[in-house]
Amino acid sequence: MQFGILVNEGPYTHQASDTAYLFARAAIEKGHKVPRVFFYHDGVYNASRLATPPQDDRNVGARWSKLAADHGVDLVVCVAAAQRRGITDGVLGDNFRISGLGQLVEMGIQYDRLVTFGD
Amino acid sequence: MSDMDEMDDGSGVVKKFMFLNRKAPHGTVYALEGLEVVLITAAFDQDVSMVFTDDGVYQLIKGIDSKGIEVKDFSKTYRALEGYDVEKLYVDQASMDARGLTEDDLIVDVAVLSVDEMANLMAEQDVVISF
Repeated sequence: MQFGILVNEGPYTHQASDTAYLFARAAIEKGHKVPRVFFYHDGVYNASRLATPPQDDRNVGARWSKLAADHGVDLVVCVAAAQRRGITDGVLGDNFRISGLGQLVEMGIQYDRLVTFGD
Repeated sequence: MSDMDEMDDGSGVVKKFMFLNRKAPHGTVYALEGLEVVLITAAFDQDVSMVFTDDGVYQLIKGIDSKGIEVKDFSKTYRALEGYDVEKLYVDQASMDARGLTEDDLIVDVAVLSVDEMANLMAEQDVVISF
C-alpha cells in the first residue's frame, strides 16, 4: 500500500512528528511504500537544519533526512507555511524541498491512504 | 493567487475530499491555513466537502471582527467558496446546540447534520483531512 503522510506540528513541542516518523518507518519495514511526507503548519519547522538538540536526545529533523536518504521518501515543505515561519531553502536539512500545497493534494489523489499527524 | 489556476495531477482521478474544521477561527492558525488547502484541492477539480464541528462552527459565525487582536480577518473567504465550486458545507448539529447557535447565526448556507448523518457522510469519503 502507498501511504502519504501529513505532519502538522513542529518537532519536540508536539509528538506528531515523532509518531509520523515511527509510522513511516514501520510501514516501510512492513513492505509498504511511503513516497512522500508533507510538512504543513508548524510542521515546516521539522525541515530546519539549524536545530541542534542535545546529543542524548533524538534529532527529529536529521531522522527524517536519513529516512529520505535510505528509502527515497520525498520530504516536501509547504512554501506558504514556510515563508510565514522563516523556513527558506538556505536553512533546509538534507533531502527536504520546498513546494506548493498541490503536492499535498496529489498525495490524496494518488496514494491509497493519506494519514495526518497533528492536533 | 497563482496557485488558484486550474491544476491537474495528470491522472484525471476525482476523489471525495472532506475537510474537517474543528478549531475556532482565531487563536491558532489551523482555520486559516486549512482554508488554503481547501482552495487548492478545489483547483484540482476534486469533490470537496467542508465540515464544521466543535469550535470549528465559530469559523462561520456572522460579525467576526478581528481588528482588536490585529489578526487578518479571512471570514469573507467562506462566502467566496461557491466561486471555487466548494458548495458542500456541513455543520454538526450537536456542536451548534452546545454553543447556542442556529443557522441564522452563520454567514453561509449550510446543511446541519446529526451525528449519524455525519458518520455516513464521512464513510463515503476517500480522503479526510482534519484541521
